[in-house]
Amino acid sequence: MHPVEMIYNVLCLAVPFSVAILLAALGENFNQRAGIFNLGCDGIMCVGAFLGFMVPYSIKAGALLPYGNVLGVLAAMTGGALLGLLFALVTVTFRASQGIAGIGLQMLGWGLSGTLFRHFVGGVTGVEGIHVYAIPGLSRLPFLGGVLFSHTPLAYLAFLMVPISWFLLYKTPWGLKVRAVGTHPRAADTMGINVDLTRYQALMLGGAMAGMAGSYLALCQAKMFSDDLVAGRGFIAVALVYFGRWSPLGIMGGALLFSIAQSFQLSMQVWGIKFPYEFAVMLPYVLVIVVLALARKARQLGPTDLGKPYNREMRF
Amino acid sequence: MNKQKVIYGTVVILAVSLIAALVVALVLLSIGASPLETYKTILLGPLSDLFGMTEVLVRAVPLLLVGLGIAISFRSGIINIGAEGQIQMGVLASTAVALALPGLPKLYLLPMALMAGALAGAIWGGIAGWLRARLQVNEILSTVMLNYIAGQIYTFLLRGPMLDPAEREMGSGTPQSMRLPDHVILDYIVPGTRLHTGLILALVMALLVWILLWKTTLGYRMRAAGAGAKAARYAGIPVERYLIVAMLFAGGFAGLAGAVEVTGVHHRAIEGISSGYGFAGIVVALFGMLHPAGIIPSAAFFGVLLIGADMTQRSAGVPANMVLVLQGVIILSIVSAQSFLRNPYAQERLLRWFQNLLPTALRTKKGGQ
Repeated sequence: MHPVEMIYNVLCLAVPFSVAILLAALGENFNQRAGIFNLGCDGIMCVGAFLGFMVPYSIKAGALLPYGNVLGVLAAMTGGALLGLLFALVTVTFRASQGIAGIGLQMLGWGLSGTLFRHFVGGVTGVEGIHVYAIPGLSRLPFLGGVLFSHTPLAYLAFLMVPISWFLLYKTPWGLKVRAVGTHPRAADTMGINVDLTRYQALMLGGAMAGMAGSYLALCQAKMFSDDLVAGRGFIAVALVYFGRWSPLGIMGGALLFSIAQSFQLSMQVWGIKFPYEFAVMLPYVLVIVVLALARKARQLGPTDLGKPYNREMRF
Repeated sequence: MNKQKVIYGTVVILAVSLIAALVVALVLLSIGASPLETYKTILLGPLSDLFGMTEVLVRAVPLLLVGLGIAISFRSGIINIGAEGQIQMGVLASTAVALALPGLPKLYLLPMALMAGALAGAIWGGIAGWLRARLQVNEILSTVMLNYIAGQIYTFLLRGPMLDPAEREMGSGTPQSMRLPDHVILDYIVPGTRLHTGLILALVMALLVWILLWKTTLGYRMRAAGAGAKAARYAGIPVERYLIVAMLFAGGFAGLAGAVEVTGVHHRAIEGISSGYGFAGIVVALFGMLHPAGIIPSAAFFGVLLIGADMTQRSAGVPANMVLVLQGVIILSIVSAQSFLRNPYAQERLLRWFQNLLPTALRTKKGGQ
């Protein structure tokens, strides 16, 4: 096979792989910018994937039929936002330890989606899902057309979210508030910013985006739901935020890097290169640890009050 | 431990159980099951006969060991989510040792197999501790990633180098190791059941953890590092070193749990051997207030829940994943309640309210605890 063709194949696979972790990581970025470390992202993605699957699956006929997928994505976002709200209640209002609470949310989301799926659906069932929409004209470009412009609408939306979340964070008053409550909540409070409210908003937005990421997995990537569909992508998304140094562009770079590694691993098996399958699957997880170890100096660039609950009544 | 603390502990656990029961009742209603019937099956079903009771204890042994390790790490200010991977590493190491040296007498081989498991788990946990102490890698993320890595190493070894030769010849290819030699297998306590001497080992370990944490300098320093890293550093305690030590202990206990599971219950390394004990151990430790005296009953309670959930799946068709929902809600409500109660004013108010609520007779009984 020609090397250019190999690169083309790897990249064509990598872009769809990156969508779910990109969306979830951009959402997690809002949480962390506001100072909340939401490890429950993975559980929210599970619930998002389940709702995204369940709504079009249960609409079998009637006037709503053509809108099944749209409603599925909206349900996933609503479910995600509600779980974000729950996490906000626990970590902002009750000021719980965020790391442990995140694991609790992950178990809750994972268990809930599995329980409901097994009761209402039972076994593996496919859905039609969302089809690829090749952008007219642009998709006929050589090389780039296939890599960039022949994907599902949700994929375009995910990449559109990169400039949108940059604009939200750096060019709007709300973004300034979010960054302020994550960096110095006391100063923000003194300036009349409602710290708790801003954190609630950021967590709900992040949750909605994680839910959408889950629905992408169910509707565009797998076109089905199973217990292990999300497979730790939420945790990778959290790590990507560190890797991308809390900037949307950096997060996009990280998401693409991880998915290129993943699609390279899959392509190697297609090309018949002998390599134990388990070690190939392990690769992205090893990469996360290495990246976290190397990125430690970037910590100062991030929100300095990440993970610390804010209590107005405390004097110091 | 003063009277007030015990009362708070009781109140928190009762409140948390109530909240968790209510939330899960909503989930049960949504899938058309009767909450009361389901709870009755879960809580009373496993205790209705001797076999059920011993099965509960069989489940409680790994939960207790994992929970003890997690309590050590949480008390030292490092959050270990990686018990699942550490258990698998423990299973691999103790199986490998037992299969490699079948000629040794039981007196040497059994302790060696158990210690190999603990050591492998300790190394696996120690990696995360070292990464946190030296390179400031968030231990939650690294332990989660190490879980996935351990899972892949586990399947690789069971499908490749450690696969039972009989399976390879027969061609059925079930990924499992050879059966352990008979003299490495833990003895049964109650004949005819699966209850093994690992229970005694786990209880002894609980006592040792209590001594370690509250009666030794090492334990004091670890708790100091967890209670306030800044203050501890000021007092000359090298906090980073104790983070690594804490993770070595946490991983070691999880690895031991894996070793006990393979020598006591399954007698060979099989896929899915840890079956969620690593995550359930976190709930067990938190529900036991991170104290061995609390973790022992808490492990038994979650043993009941796990067996009971299997029973309802079979009898009432309620998916066993529901236990995960219950565990998640319990974690969320425990951490909420704990940080709420850390506020001394809230403690004071709650204590007064609680004392007014109790009748006089009960109040004196509470005081005696």
